Amino acid sequence: MEFKTFSIGGVHPADKKLTAGVAIKPLAIPATVTIPCAQHIGAPAEIIVQKGDKVKVGQLIAKANGFVSANIHSSVSGTVKMIGPVADASGYTKQAVTIQVEGDEWDESIDRTPDIKRNIDDLKAEDIVNKVHEAGIVGMGGATFPTKVKLSIPLEKKADAVIINAVECEPYLTADHRVMLEKGEELMIGTQLIMKAVRCENAYIGIEQNKLDAIKYLTELSSKYPGIKVVPLKLKYPQGSEKHLIAAITGREVPSGRLPIDVGAVVDNAGTAVAIYEAVMKNKPLFERVVTVTGDSVKNPGNFLVRIGTPIKNLVDEVGGLPEDTGKIISGGPMMGKAITTLDIPVAKGTSGVLILPQTLAHRGEVENCIRCGKCVDACPMGLEPYLLSAYASRKNFEELENNHVTDCIECGCCVFSCPSNRPILDFVRFGKQSVMKIIRSRKK
Amino acid sequence: MSNLLTISPSPHAKGKDTVKSLMGGVLIALAPAFLVSLYFFGIGALITTLVSVISCVLFEWLITKFILKQTPHICDLSAVLTGVLLAFNLPSNISPFIVMFGALIAIGVGKMSFGGLGQNPFNPALVGRVFLLISFPVQMTGAWPKPIEARWQYLDAVTGATPMSYSELGKVNLMDMFLGGVGGSLGEVAALALILGGVYLIVKRIITWHIPVSILLTVLIITSIAYLTDPTKFASPLYHLLGGGLLLGAIFMATDYVTSPMSSTGKLIYGFGIGLLTVIIRLWGSYPEGMSFAILIMNALTPIINKYVKPTRFGVVKTK
Amino acid sequence: MDNVIVVSVLILGGIAILAALILYVIAKKFKVEEDPRIDLVAECLPGANCGGCGFAGCRNFAEACVKDFSGKVCTAGGNDVMKKVADVLGLKAEETAPKIAVVRCQGSKECRPKTNAYEGAKTCAIVSATYGGETGCAFGCIGLGDCEKACQFGAIKVNQETGLPEVNDEKCTGCGSCVKACPKIVIELRKKNPKFRKVYVSCINKDKGATAKKACSKACIGCGKCAKTCQFGAITVENNVAYIDFEKCKMCRKCVVECPTGAIREENFPPRKPKEEAPKQLNTSTGADKVEITKEPEKINLDKPSDNLLKE
Repeated sequence: MEFKTFSIGGVHPADKKLTAGVAIKPLAIPATVTIPCAQHIGAPAEIIVQKGDKVKVGQLIAKANGFVSANIHSSVSGTVKMIGPVADASGYTKQAVTIQVEGDEWDESIDRTPDIKRNIDDLKAEDIVNKVHEAGIVGMGGATFPTKVKLSIPLEKKADAVIINAVECEPYLTADHRVMLEKGEELMIGTQLIMKAVRCENAYIGIEQNKLDAIKYLTELSSKYPGIKVVPLKLKYPQGSEKHLIAAITGREVPSGRLPIDVGAVVDNAGTAVAIYEAVMKNKPLFERVVTVTGDSVKNPGNFLVRIGTPIKNLVDEVGGLPEDTGKIISGGPMMGKAITTLDIPVAKGTSGVLILPQTLAHRGEVENCIRCGKCVDACPMGLEPYLLSAYASRKNFEELENNHVTDCIECGCCVFSCPSNRPILDFVRFGKQSVMKIIRSRKK
Repeated sequence: MSNLLTISPSPHAKGKDTVKSLMGGVLIALAPAFLVSLYFFGIGALITTLVSVISCVLFEWLITKFILKQTPHICDLSAVLTGVLLAFNLPSNISPFIVMFGALIAIGVGKMSFGGLGQNPFNPALVGRVFLLISFPVQMTGAWPKPIEARWQYLDAVTGATPMSYSELGKVNLMDMFLGGVGGSLGEVAALALILGGVYLIVKRIITWHIPVSILLTVLIITSIAYLTDPTKFASPLYHLLGGGLLLGAIFMATDYVTSPMSSTGKLIYGFGIGLLTVIIRLWGSYPEGMSFAILIMNALTPIINKYVKPTRFGVVKTK
Repeated sequence: MDNVIVVSVLILGGIAILAALILYVIAKKFKVEEDPRIDLVAECLPGANCGGCGFAGCRNFAEACVKDFSGKVCTAGGNDVMKKVADVLGLKAEETAPKIAVVRCQGSKECRPKTNAYEGAKTCAIVSATYGGETGCAFGCIGLGDCEKACQFGAIKVNQETGLPEVNDEKCTGCGSCVKACPKIVIELRKKNPKFRKVYVSCINKDKGATAKKACSKACIGCGKCAKTCQFGAITVENNVAYIDFEKCKMCRKCVVECPTGAIREENFPPRKPKEEAPKQLNTSTGADKVEITKEPEKINLDKPSDNLLKE
């Protein structure tokens, strides 16, 4: 088997796929859910329900506000208890709809039959994109970009490669792996729908070499789906970054400041592809997702099908509660996830995992002088110079930051991972990048 | 610490490299060369190395604590490494006081005066060595202990010439130079031991191949041209590669993190410069050995190499 | 021998004269014409390059003044400096009310306990961009000293015991660098009163009263008692937090007495007479936080998940 990869940088964290063999289990519906109206990139959705309203599973409760925005649907049936600001993972508050759960009544339009619907011949591209928009589908790898925007290709551009991102390069996370094994057909049909929506005949499913069972299974399946090819990839972080996935599979590198479509590629996460199948073929909007709950000391780590809005506390209880030696709790993976301050926050569309790190892995080492070893430069997959960007950012030299392409940084964390002096490189680079982007935006005005 | 949850921005995972593990790795790579130097130069090698290491560590500790008023970090092993490398640049019969003075200059001037680890523009061990060379030229260049014979002698060791000295140029047996058993400073005599150390460093990803390979290739090419032009006047390329401090410098001194460029292309240019300067000084300069000066000069050029030679960026050159 | 000396002197002397000529020609040819008034104005300025005027340093400000004097204010130098600049230019300077920096947070380590331990890079800007902070109040001062680093006059320093910055009223020039540096906008430029007296609401927490009080014992809970008491209409309560308009405030300090949590601070006033009702907190003197806490700071409830997640 040939394993492709990208050429610049990358690091090799231990992949720790503790839950790769654990089948997806539906999590019990909680007593209340809190659904934020800003679960995606772009403008927060506008809430259209009021306190006291009765809602059903799959009912629209917030409308997309503008082109780059997404609909939000209720994940439970019950009564709207409160509409107001609720603290999210960062400790800052955001608008959210809190629903008191009563039963589990689904909207009648949703097809709950278990059989797989394969016929997509009568569907037109516009129909597919509309259904994706109505269902409120966003990128489920964690980026939460509204998928309908990605599928609405401008007329002057052409897609010649649909790429399904089933890489899951973050250590510990296995949600996409299980989706591939347990919903392989749905994934294939979802891919076909994407191909039709962007009028493209070729699709590639990128899978890393630590998921050989998924590679084998999907390769067998792909023989039934013309145009779809499985591409095995070398195990290297951040292979799951969309630019590096495109580079590895097609050999084309997206230029600085441009989008994947500029090199003819449309990239979607594997979970998103399955959600597209469910939305188009089963009329099911996005209101639940697979979340990996794991950690070195966790008693029963696993992968769960969770309703959006479920408090993370419920997931933690399901795996045996917080271990004694808990040091840090992360929403997402260890390389790009966010450390959270409390378990009282809800699962959102982009929550791919809950990772509980023990004390031994939770702390940063003592910061030492930069020894100019250059390991950060070797590790950076974008070919930047992290030590330099970090130094400029700490001195607030925004002009030099812009000259040195800080906006190309994908915040993958390879630089910090490889630094022997425990320097908080990415903290400063991120600050510099945000400041420079603010300056660039204000210049355009 | 408290029982509160820890919060920090991403990433929340860390690779296994630490400053201590990297310095320790280099020390391990130097072990074969050290054992060979003990075998050939005996007591002198042991005492010189010990004095150098202890002085370097002591001076770093004293300067950090009492002059800079900061917490000393001697456990990161960087002072130990400077001590070993300084010793490897000295003959085994040198007075311990000179060694201590060299350590003071190497650490005090070469490293701490710039702010400590990571801030110095010049390789500290070479700063110490060149200072000693200029201050004590007789002890540093005149009397090289004879290997094996001088094993149990120290300051009064019986001496002989080195392969690079004018009287011996081109005359010493290549195999002797490869396995050790020729005159020279502690660390430069056994090419095989040094090469083994270099392979270890590259395999363990402590250094990359760019600097040693570019130095050795440059020296090989230029000395080959010279040799082919006039074999009577110039020594053979292999003689140049194995002789003097070339291997020690190419593998251990030039690859010092702090003073070498950050990008791969930058490293190649740096290595080329060192090779070129070394050959020029050896063939046409008035010193028999040019490696130390070549490295120090290229150290001075490292900042400008870093400024103008940037690593390959993603998305700039379309592949395929 | 003599020949050598004569030749050397001639050659070196010749080179020196040639170099001098080249330098002279270049100096004349590439000379930048500048209005001589710019130098005179620049001499009047403090030279701290604090940026309070809105220009990139004192020299830049001097150039701008010479070009167009109207509306230019050197906040650090104040009215004295602007009068000198006006005299140089032969114009009249407008008088501006001097301002002083005020830190609107009393969430010290004692009254605003930590709910988590931050291990990232130690600057306020990065903490603020990452999350709400180490305590239950996402609005309050982070305490890592971005304001201290920004001050060109050494007028604001973080007190390591309380974790809050303290302004040295005498050194503060009201330039606003600390206000810009603070990512939470905790610091405000308020009117400089005689004897550096101040009355202000030392809290900007916009959460509902109960949430704010749980996080910090000195929080403003937005109860509005101060607004009702104020006879001059100087206090408004918006988003669960009170604000005193310093233009309307007459410094009668009735609001200080009324405030149930001690969120409103008075500074540099003489001690109250005994017949007046003692406020819920003691008077404070310049800078140091000597306020007696009347209540115990809220203990963290280990059983509630949102407080402290780890059983001790």
